[in-house]
Formats: sequence, C-alpha cells, structure tokens
Amino acid sequence: MINFRAIKVIYLNEMTRFWNTLFQSIASPVISTALYFVVFGSAIGSSIQSIEGVTYGLFIVPGLTMLSVLTQSVSNASFGIFFPKFTGTIYEILSAPISFYEALIGYVGAAASKSMILATIILFTANFFVDLDIAHPFWMLAFLVLTCVSFSLFGFIIGLWAGNFEKLQVVPLLIITPLVFLGGSFYSVSMLPPFWQTVTLFNPVLYLVSGFRWSFFEVSDVSVSTSLFMILVFLVICLSLVSWMFKTGYKLKE
Amino acid sequence: MSSIVSIKGLSKTYDNGFEALKNINLDINKGEILALLGPNGAGKTTLISTICGIITPTLGSVTVDGNDIIKDFRKTREMIGLVPQELTLGAFDKVWSTVNFSRGLFNRKKDDRYLEKLLKDLSLFDKKDAELRTLSGGMKRRVLIAKALSHEPKILFLDEPTAGVDVELRKDMWKIVRKMKDTGVTIILTTHYIEEAQAIADCVGVINNGELLLIEKTKTLMDRLGNKQLIIELRDSISILPQELDEYKLNLSKSGKLITYTYDSESGGESVVKLLKSIGDYGLVTRDMKIEESSLEDIFVNLVKKND
Ligand SMILES: Nc1ncnc2c1ncn2[C@@H]1O[C@H](COP(=O)(O)OP(=O)(O)OP(=O)(O)O)[C@@H](O)[C@H]1O
Ligand SMILES: [Mg+2]
Repeated sequence: MINFRAIKVIYLNEMTRFWNTLFQSIASPVISTALYFVVFGSAIGSSIQSIEGVTYGLFIVPGLTMLSVLTQSVSNASFGIFFPKFTGTIYEILSAPISFYEALIGYVGAAASKSMILATIILFTANFFVDLDIAHPFWMLAFLVLTCVSFSLFGFIIGLWAGNFEKLQVVPLLIITPLVFLGGSFYSVSMLPPFWQTVTLFNPVLYLVSGFRWSFFEVSDVSVSTSLFMILVFLVICLSLVSWMFKTGYKLKE
Repeated sequence: MSSIVSIKGLSKTYDNGFEALKNINLDINKGEILALLGPNGAGKTTLISTICGIITPTLGSVTVDGNDIIKDFRKTREMIGLVPQELTLGAFDKVWSTVNFSRGLFNRKKDDRYLEKLLKDLSLFDKKDAELRTLSGGMKRRVLIAKALSHEPKILFLDEPTAGVDVELRKDMWKIVRKMKDTGVTIILTTHYIEEAQAIADCVGVINNGELLLIEKTKTLMDRLGNKQLIIELRDSISILPQELDEYKLNLSKSGKLITYTYDSESGGESVVKLLKSIGDYGLVTRDMKIEESSLEDIFVNLVKKND
C-alpha cells in the first residue's frame, strides 16, 4: 500500500521553499533570459545568419531553456535530499512508514515541477523578444517533462552521493554546465569541424537540446527518435542507479 | 502483561566494523515506561534507531505488536513516534507546518483540532507560526516531541529527552510522559540521569558496551541490588571504635557521634540486629538511628564498573 499522504507532504514541503522565495524564483530566470537575448539574440545574433531558416534569436530559445532546466533540476534535487542528510532531519523520513521510492517521488517530483515552472517562465519571457511558434506542442511538453524528471533524478542521486557541499557543487559546475554549452545549445552541431561533431555525439545533452529544438522548429542535429531514445536511456540508467542505491541503503542508512 | 516490542538476538556492527549492539534480547511491556540507562557510547541510540528503522540490524529480529520491523515496516512505523537525541529541525520551517508534515508523513489524515490541542499541551501554540530557528533549545525539544506525537503513536521513543533541559522543562517532560502513559502509550526513554529513571520508569534497562546488562522492574531492582546504610547516632561521642566491631567495617564520623554501617539489603537484616546488640554490649548508648537506601545510581555505577 502506497503512502500517498507522505508523498504529498514531502512534495508540498519541498515546494514551499519555491513559493516562499517566489520573487527570486521568478525574477532570476526572467532577468537571465533577458540578458541572453540582449547579448546573444540582438548584439551578436544580428551578425549571425539564420540557421536552417531559423533566426539566431529564435534558434537559441530551446537551448537557453534547457540550460536553465538542466542546471536547476540538478541543483534543486540534489539540495533537496542533501540538506536533510546534512542537518540530520532525514531521520524522520527514514523512520516514517514509507519506502525510499515514495520519498523519491516526493523529492524528484518537486524538483521537476520547479523546473517545469522555470521553463514556462523562460519561454514566456523569450516570447517578448522573439515570435515563438511551437510546431509540436505535445512533443515539446514530452521532451520537457522527460528532461525535468530525468535530470531531477540525476540530481537526487548526486545529493545522495555527495558527502559535503563541495561535491554537491562540483557536479553541476564541472559536468552539467560544460555539457550544456558544448551540447549545441547555442549553435548547430553542423557548424563544427567534423572531428568535434563526432565528439559532440557522445554528449547526452546534444540529444535533449536537439529533440527539444525540433519540437519548436522541426530543425534538429540528430533524428527525433534518436533523441527520444537517448533521453529514455539516460532515465533508465538513473533509475537503475537509484534503485541500486536504495537496495544497499547507500549513504542513507547504516 | 503482554509485550509490545520484542527484540531477539539483535546485533549491530557498523560499516567500520564497530560492534555497537551485541545479542540484545528484550521484551518491552505494553503501557509501561522503560528507561534505558548507560554511559556515553553504550549503544542506546543505536538500539532505538534500529527499532525505528533508521539503522539496519546486522543480526536478529525485532517485532512491534507482532509485526516484523523489516517485513511489515509500514505497520510497525505507523505505531512509533521518535524524539531524537539531537535537535534536528529544519531551520526555516514553521512550527505548525512541520507538525503537519510529520502527521502526513506517518499517513494520518489532517486533523487541526488534534494538532492544536497537542501544541497547547506542549505550550507551543502561541509559537505556531514561528520559524524553528527562532526558538530556544527547550522549545525545539518540545517541537520534536510534538512531531513525534503528531500521528498519535502507540509507542514513543525519547532519546535523552531531558539532556540540556532546565529543571522546569524536565518536570514538564515527566508530566507529559506520565500523561502519555495514562492514555496507554508505551514509552521507552534513554537517560543519563538515574533520578529520572527512578522517578518515572516502571522498568529499567542498563546497557554498556552494546550489551544489555540488566532489565528489571525499577522497584525490584532497587530492593534486590541496593545497599542500605544504617546510621547510628550516639549519645556520647567516642574517639575510637571498639576493636571487636571491626568485622562490620563501620565508619565513625569526625564528630565521633555518628556510626555508619553499610550492608546488603538482601542478606543484611540479621547483621543489623547483631550489630545493635554488640553496640549495647560495649556500653555505647544509642540516641537515634536511621536507615538509608542506596539509589539506582550506586547500582548503576557498580554494574557498569563490573562490566568494564
Ligand atoms: N555511524 C556509526 N558508525 C560507526 N560507529 C558508530 C556510528 N554511530 C555510532 N557509533 C558507535 O557506536 C557506539 C554506540 O553509539 P550510540 O550513539 O548508540 O551510543 P549512546 O548510548 O546513544 O551514547 P550517548 O549516551 O552518548 O548518546 C559508540 O561507540 C559510537 O561511537
Ligand atoms: Mg545516544
């Protein structure tokens, strides 16, 4: 029997921090999106020709959204579980009549929801600067949800694994950000020399951005089904990792 | 009396190889207050944490109301409330929301009336909208108790509820514990204060080095193991005790007026009569006398010393 009440209170409790700092939660993505548009969209973008028929200002919208969604998913979810571990309040979760998976749904669900809200805010802000048309709204949503969930899950794993604050920050900083920047968020992979194109194919973020961009403009670096497949693979890897951690009580339970 | 928590052959070896619990066997009776005594590092918190599901046992089994704590963890955990030793609370949560959180976590339907009464009983209601970080240590302790009681548990674990707590709050805490007991809740508390165990516990367990050295009714324990002291006040002071009384290992006070005789309460009754007679025989006149029982503290110190 699933303890739905527990999932609900964990979820809502995680979300309160978001509502409590609503102004920051909204203001920072709005401001950073606007800044990106001023710098990349207008200043630099005006001297870059359109890519496969899409103006540069439009072209960067999906990548920009993904950049925020990935980093925020990872940092929200990792903090969400790291903090109770750090302060000791995790005792309550561990002694509650819930399985690890119910806790996971609460924590990861909240982190993913925050990212979804964030993405919505960014897309709305972007709409002020460029005329955003979404070719495949369903797929846009599907890619977004899958990305939010899988990277929140990834963040959760990092939060479980991290023994201190340094480790907690090192992953987003040293892995996620470079991957996003090198994953074709702000350019088409076809603009790279052949060698670097091949290297980029090993970057999982490429598939996310490409699929997401396709749902807007029907323009992509790799085929859509490949994108979808790769996201699902990533999700499955994260799920297996987390289930292994739960089975062994890894860093959660003595 | 039926037992509600039953521990069989429980051992815990931590990942670093440290054996914190060694083959613990213990039955806790329904509706009783059990005090676990033991020095720092004895294994009290480890034992409690294991029953509550925070630590996985290495060997042995625990059942709560007949349910295994691992196989039927949902059933057992819903019955248990835990007040941890450390003041672990989220800094920015509010009192009201954190108590509601706990209730939901333990799968209980929202019940504002119950929680309101709970907070009032704990003198926390006027702080219900305060952030936890703004509360004093004693109030935080109360919040932890409120969280533990938020889901109306049948068994309450209190890990050193009165550590670092002033006299007033300690008395309050005892009142709360007794009130809980009156409603049929079983209470297990750990403490370093012997007087606490003596004052409120029906049963006392002594743990040292991960071993349960003893578990007994508080009263029986004090009757059985306690030493008694007979203090005799003489009419005229003496400077030295008669040699013939050496076998009693008496102690003469500086004033020369008080003689103290320490004896075992189980076997010592006869020797007291003999001693009193001898004292008379040697021409000493008794003006007054009294008997003092040794406290649980002495018992405890003796046990732990032997075990070390
Ligand atoms: N996570 C851990 N890893 C290794 N050893 C541990 C761990 N937690 C506790 N111990 C050790 O287990 C022993 C028992 O600890 P425990 O916290 O149960 O003692 P305690 O009786 O509650 O002590 P106190 O009165 O100080 O609270 C101690 O020697 C402690 O160092
Ligand atoms: Mg302890």
